[in-house]
Amino acid sequence: MLELTRITAGYDRRAPVVRDVSLIVGHGEAVGLLGPSGCGKSTLAKVAALLHRPDAGTMTLDGTVVRGWRHRAPQEQRTAVGVVFQQPRLSADPRLSLRELIAQPLRSTGRRREVPARVAELAPLVGLSAELLERRPHAVSDGQLQRACLARALVLRPGLLICDEMTAMLDASTTAALVAVVEAYRAESGAALLAVGHDRVLLERWCDRTVRWGERNAESVPLG
Amino acid sequence: MTRDHAAAVLDVQNLSVRFRMRGGRDIAAVTGARFSVAPGECLALVGESGCGKSVLASALLGLLPANAQTTGSAVLGGDIDLLTAGERTLARTVRGRRIGLVPQSPAAHLTPVRTVRAQLEETLRELTGVRGAAAVREAAARASFPADHLDRYPHELSGGLAQRAATALALIGDAPLLLADEPTTGLDRDLVERTVDELRRHTDEGRALLIITHDLAAAERIADRVAVMYAGRIVEIADAGPFFGAPGPRHPYAKGLLDALPERDFAPIPGMPPELGALPDGCAFAARCTRADARCTTERPAFDDGLACHHGLTGRASHSLTKAAADA
Repeated sequence: MLELTRITAGYDRRAPVVRDVSLIVGHGEAVGLLGPSGCGKSTLAKVAALLHRPDAGTMTLDGTVVRGWRHRAPQEQRTAVGVVFQQPRLSADPRLSLRELIAQPLRSTGRRREVPARVAELAPLVGLSAELLERRPHAVSDGQLQRACLARALVLRPGLLICDEMTAMLDASTTAALVAVVEAYRAESGAALLAVGHDRVLLERWCDRTVRWGERNAESVPLG
Repeated sequence: MTRDHAAAVLDVQNLSVRFRMRGGRDIAAVTGARFSVAPGECLALVGESGCGKSVLASALLGLLPANAQTTGSAVLGGDIDLLTAGERTLARTVRGRRIGLVPQSPAAHLTPVRTVRAQLEETLRELTGVRGAAAVREAAARASFPADHLDRYPHELSGGLAQRAATALALIGDAPLLLADEPTTGLDRDLVERTVDELRRHTDEGRALLIITHDLAAAERIADRVAVMYAGRIVEIADAGPFFGAPGPRHPYAKGLLDALPERDFAPIPGMPPELGALPDGCAFAARCTRADARCTTERPAFDDGLACHHGLTGRASHSLTKAAADA
């Protein structure tokens, strides 16, 4: 599903944070990427989510080589990947209600007509009541907002889901609930998962296999 | 370890916080909280996000917004009620001097345009009157902040170092009570352990520590006692050993939280907490509880013997019950 080959990426070409890293996620597979903070795992997740252009290396998504990142990515590739980040507050437009937040990807891709049905389908799955859907981010808890962000990531039915520290801010019960939502979606859709995090116990329980990021990737490190 | 109210660094009795909202609606953020923390003791306050933990911390520091009303008492060091003391008293004698705050996001707590050294210098000067580079290095060393990073700005620090800088600032006033509000959020496991171990060290030096966290592993590592909060109420207070080990928690909610851990059942508690603006008449957890019956939906369980539940889980050793009773 996802193949990252010898990726080098970062924010300063002279000092890339990701150096020559390779990673494969098979169809329907759940891979956990473990590493300490600051190791570059989030940057690699952004590359995989088509949100950060690597300096070198190749990426294929469902057999097709990726040629553009961010706004240069073709729509069919962009919509094939769903992303959930660590901090829901930083990834939610504070002006939108949770309902609008979840519906945003449908609106952006000209599928406005599907909004009522899809939101009605997703809201109970992630545990959001009709009343919560009308609230804006400032009026809900981190856990409730992250539920909405997960629904937003699932709304286009992606073939690959990337969760970058999705539950790091959340309590144990909300963590277990959101992981259960992801797994229910994967069981029904066959989607693949790349879960990035530092919690070994969580990722080993959640994923088919986990790969551990070395201390610093000075040379080519095939991550599974 | 003493549990005598008179010896407690902090003694909270029937603390409630209400937010008056537009349209006359009331949000019951904290209701009837009762607990105490002794010198050398760490009490961990755990619960889901939005359960009122941070509001309780803000109430103790006098940092609630203007539409908040507090009742009850929170006596610090046997002589000052934090809820009735004025802003002037809190600012001049309490914050930093008698309560050290270890903040939730150190990167946001530190002043972004000043170096760590400048911030330590200012805090030292204001709280202790001491000046000079040696005192700054010593203050940094107490929180294991490396001296060669003193001239860095907050954005140049990793999450772990920013946390230590914030902890160093909190320790300068030699406050008898440390209040740590989610001090490990966003840190990886190694850093979580290092941060809580350092907090434990400061506790062992004789301070009282109230740590507010949703990280149960961190709480297990550091706490002497655990207070579990649900929908604004403390529903269980227990010694950490029997709570995390055998025979386990007594409140079904606390058991649900522990069972949700990936190293245990990894099973979420069904449903979500009630809205604090529309709490049910009976037990707030009844709608999610497998043990709930008709009594639970009509009659709110009193907090008694360290537990607020009509159908507490059994099996707890009796000596723990009597210890918990001392808190009630």
